[in-house]
Amino acid sequence: MLRLEKRPSPSRTWAWATPVLAVVLTMIAGGIMFAALGKDPVEAIRTIFWDPLFNPQFASYSRPQLLVKAGPLILIAVGLSLGFRAGIWNIGAEGQYIMGAIFAAGVGLALYPVETRWVFPLMVVAGIFGGWLWAMIPAVLKTRFNTNEILVSLLLVYVAQNILASMSLGLLRNPEGGGFPGSRNLSQIPAMANPELIAGTGMHWGVVAAFVVVIAAYVLLQRHILGYHIKLAGQAPRAARFAGVNPTRLTVLCMGISGALAGMAGMFEVTGPAGQISIDFNTGYGFTAIIVAFLGRLNPIGILLAGLLMALTYIGGELASFMLSLPSAAIQAFQGMLLFFLLAVDLLTNYRIRLKKREIA
Amino acid sequence: MDIGGINPAILIASLMVASVPIMLAAIGELVVEKAGVLNLGVEGMMIIGAICGFVLAVYSGSAVMGFVGGALGGAVLSLVFGLLTQFMLTNQVATGLALTLFGQGLSSMIGQGYNGIKPPATTALPLGPLAEIPVLGTILFRHDWMVYTSILIIAAVWAVLKYTRTGLILRAVGESHDAAHALGYKVVRIRIFAILFGGAMAGLGGAYVSLVRVPQWTDGITAGAGWIALAIVVFASWRPWRVLIGAYLFGGITVLQLNLQAAGAAIPVEYLSMSPYLITILVLVIMSSGRGKAALNAPAALGQNFHASR
Repeated sequence: MLRLEKRPSPSRTWAWATPVLAVVLTMIAGGIMFAALGKDPVEAIRTIFWDPLFNPQFASYSRPQLLVKAGPLILIAVGLSLGFRAGIWNIGAEGQYIMGAIFAAGVGLALYPVETRWVFPLMVVAGIFGGWLWAMIPAVLKTRFNTNEILVSLLLVYVAQNILASMSLGLLRNPEGGGFPGSRNLSQIPAMANPELIAGTGMHWGVVAAFVVVIAAYVLLQRHILGYHIKLAGQAPRAARFAGVNPTRLTVLCMGISGALAGMAGMFEVTGPAGQISIDFNTGYGFTAIIVAFLGRLNPIGILLAGLLMALTYIGGELASFMLSLPSAAIQAFQGMLLFFLLAVDLLTNYRIRLKKREIA
Repeated sequence: MDIGGINPAILIASLMVASVPIMLAAIGELVVEKAGVLNLGVEGMMIIGAICGFVLAVYSGSAVMGFVGGALGGAVLSLVFGLLTQFMLTNQVATGLALTLFGQGLSSMIGQGYNGIKPPATTALPLGPLAEIPVLGTILFRHDWMVYTSILIIAAVWAVLKYTRTGLILRAVGESHDAAHALGYKVVRIRIFAILFGGAMAGLGGAYVSLVRVPQWTDGITAGAGWIALAIVVFASWRPWRVLIGAYLFGGITVLQLNLQAAGAAIPVEYLSMSPYLITILVLVIMSSGRGKAALNAPAALGQNFHASR
């Protein structure tokens, strides 16, 4: 009979090994899933994880995509991880991402024919503000009325999606677009575009921001009193309260930071890779970022690596649906499976598994 | 008798139909939460129930089989949650989210090639002369059998929780798993059964969406109904009959906004479609604050994992 025995302190070795183990297990389980769909599992896994980087035919196209996809994931996941560490569950990053994009595009398009490059920084500020504002709704409701932030932030995603639809059909619709939904293409307007900074790398301002945010979050968690408070509030809420950590302030801060970062990600996406506000602008980065945050063990450096890996599964998934006609939803199920395995093997960090004879409890 | 192009009798009748999915999912989640487990994967279990029910109904040509399939699909997915949270001691919030993400992916994978098919019809319960009563007949007695089944399930859950030993044990596990364990109850086993029930109910609700409400298959068909169901449990302050009220309230809003859309109201469609979510948030705020104090009635061990160290 297997028994679990709590470790005196979490194992450091397993803390690093579990994400790797989870990825391996997901590949095996995913292979079984692909085999069940009638595809060659080895080829499917290779198409997803190897071909985007090393296949001579596709790599030149898909390698830059890695940073393009990882940028928003990392930006959002770093923000979420701060809250998750403190036990504050913002799961509505998708909505904050949409609102960031809408605010940024709104400001940009309001100034439309203006040529100055100052428009772009202004749009960044607007994007941050939009995401922050949308995250403040669950934060304030939580602190003022004790409302569950999980439900409110998630329900606001559906509200944001409707606002997005309304914007792309109404207020922000391209007046020269022949009545089609969707705004002007911001990536074609020099004053508002978020271009590729170094040709052939996929590096745009959003990716730069993601790297900066990773470093900032690392410093915050390691060296700053706020980072200490965040960790303390998550691990020992009572002790945190005795130590003078103000839970209201912490909630507002964590939700605010994650919302602002999600809004920023939306801003860089709408001015760059996506190009315009349209009904299907959001592609689920806000939800995938939750997996990224956990895969990175809520650690900024880990999230950087996890974001790249997750971006790889996106690109590989597209490639696999193109090459092997694997349904594109399969990759979403694959990502969800990864989170299952990740949570499951995390057991090994905190517990030892012991063989023990059955006894009467 | 029309008000602004909307017939109130038909409105109330369709309200009863519209509220079935969230009512079923919410009553299942209520039982789960009463046992002290917070399963945020309702949306995922609903959508898996929706596709499993749909596929089975199309193959067997029988709506009844569809509902059985939906319940089974939801229960199987919830078992994943049960194994992870009860045996692997994973964080319940994160596991529930994983369940939703996984369920959405898996459902649209299974659903490939099922778009545009019409499922077999769910028959109305023949209530004979009752259905002929003017107005009241339209409102109450012309529905399919699932509408009545869902109300019966609410009554059954209420009776079991209130009057039976099983209900008492379930509540004990949810209030203090340590005390229940000390009394010799199998905390983990009881919780697994509660989770399975919750999954089956969510799956049933999902199947109702794809078999009756819509009735066809599209990706993301449940559109947040699972999250609204979670909110309704809070709204109901963990009391079964209030789940019924909550579900009717939200069913009413959904139907009303759909009718307003159809009647060509001056409000843009997008703002009408977001209204159920906004009103859910508003109700959550009212219930959680001030005199509502829904949180006071929450099971004390909600969301905490149990590990028998002694």
